[in-house]
Amino acid sequence: MIELYVLLVAMLAAAVVAIQVRDLLAAAVAMGLVGFSVAVIFILVQAPDLAIVQIVVEILSVVFFAAVILRTTHEDTTVGKAFGADMIVPAAIFGVFAVVFAGLLSVVLRELPVFGSPLMSVASAYIDAGLKQTGAANVVAAIILDYRAYDTLGEAVVLFTAVVGVLTVVRRFGRRDHTEDEVD
Amino acid sequence: MAGTGQPERRGMSAIVQTIARLVSGMLFLYGWYIVLHGHLTPGGGFAGGVLVAGSFILVSLAFGSVENVEQHRYTFSSIFESVGGLMFISIGLAGYLAGVSFLNNVWFWVGRPLSLVSAGTIPLANIAIGIKVGAGLFAIFLALGASRFVMEE
Repeated sequence: MIELYVLLVAMLAAAVVAIQVRDLLAAAVAMGLVGFSVAVIFILVQAPDLAIVQIVVEILSVVFFAAVILRTTHEDTTVGKAFGADMIVPAAIFGVFAVVFAGLLSVVLRELPVFGSPLMSVASAYIDAGLKQTGAANVVAAIILDYRAYDTLGEAVVLFTAVVGVLTVVRRFGRRDHTEDEVD
Repeated sequence: MAGTGQPERRGMSAIVQTIARLVSGMLFLYGWYIVLHGHLTPGGGFAGGVLVAGSFILVSLAFGSVENVEQHRYTFSSIFESVGGLMFISIGLAGYLAGVSFLNNVWFWVGRPLSLVSAGTIPLANIAIGIKVGAGLFAIFLALGASRFVMEE
């Protein structure tokens, strides 16, 4: 249990560094540390599927950020702006939101089961019948590709949409007409 | 560089390129190992697909790109992403062939549990997702960080 607290403190420290440091590359590395800590926590709570996904996605995220930063700028131009009159309204709105959120959070947290003793009504059924009903030794694979296959189809569509969105936004020009090519 | 007779070096240093040659093949195989054993051990299509994408990203970062190579990368990643998505839907249609609902697992009685050939269409769906995720992430990487020609046209 003590390891979890150490990792949580490391995550918080890295997150603070990420938002405070001016160099964007250093911020990306700090975010990588946050993700790495999450992966180790998943290992400690015996969730290897999540740990594997977390570690590989985190590595790729840092690579993506580094590639983009190296092509643009290292400097975070939003750091260090003085608090001015134009920030009063956003700050007030954020304050109201924070108070309401903290209130609701305190109510919800009391309803959670004790850490390490989760409710297992649905998961127990999956574990009991998973191998017999699906043939998959890895219960996680049985859940995401048999019991919840529609959900996985939705996730595949989300990723496809993400790719299309990125390609559309990053491309500088639309496709040229054939007539323009012929004129050129 | 002009006049020296040396070809212009693209990508990163010789050390990085040598290590990339050694590592990228193993990374690719490890990704596919995770995909194919997703119904037996932790991991699966998504994690394996990310690793496969990582092997391609490693090569493109280490060796740089010229225009026609980059166009091929872009074209093939788009094609494989669509193929992966269509494969997943086709595997779902197998449920209809077997007389049950769309995306239902079928033929899970084939083979023996805990062996590679088992779990019906679950490993096939893992393969489809691996292809889709790998190609999709590589396409995103090309668009965001590595494109010198295609996205600048």
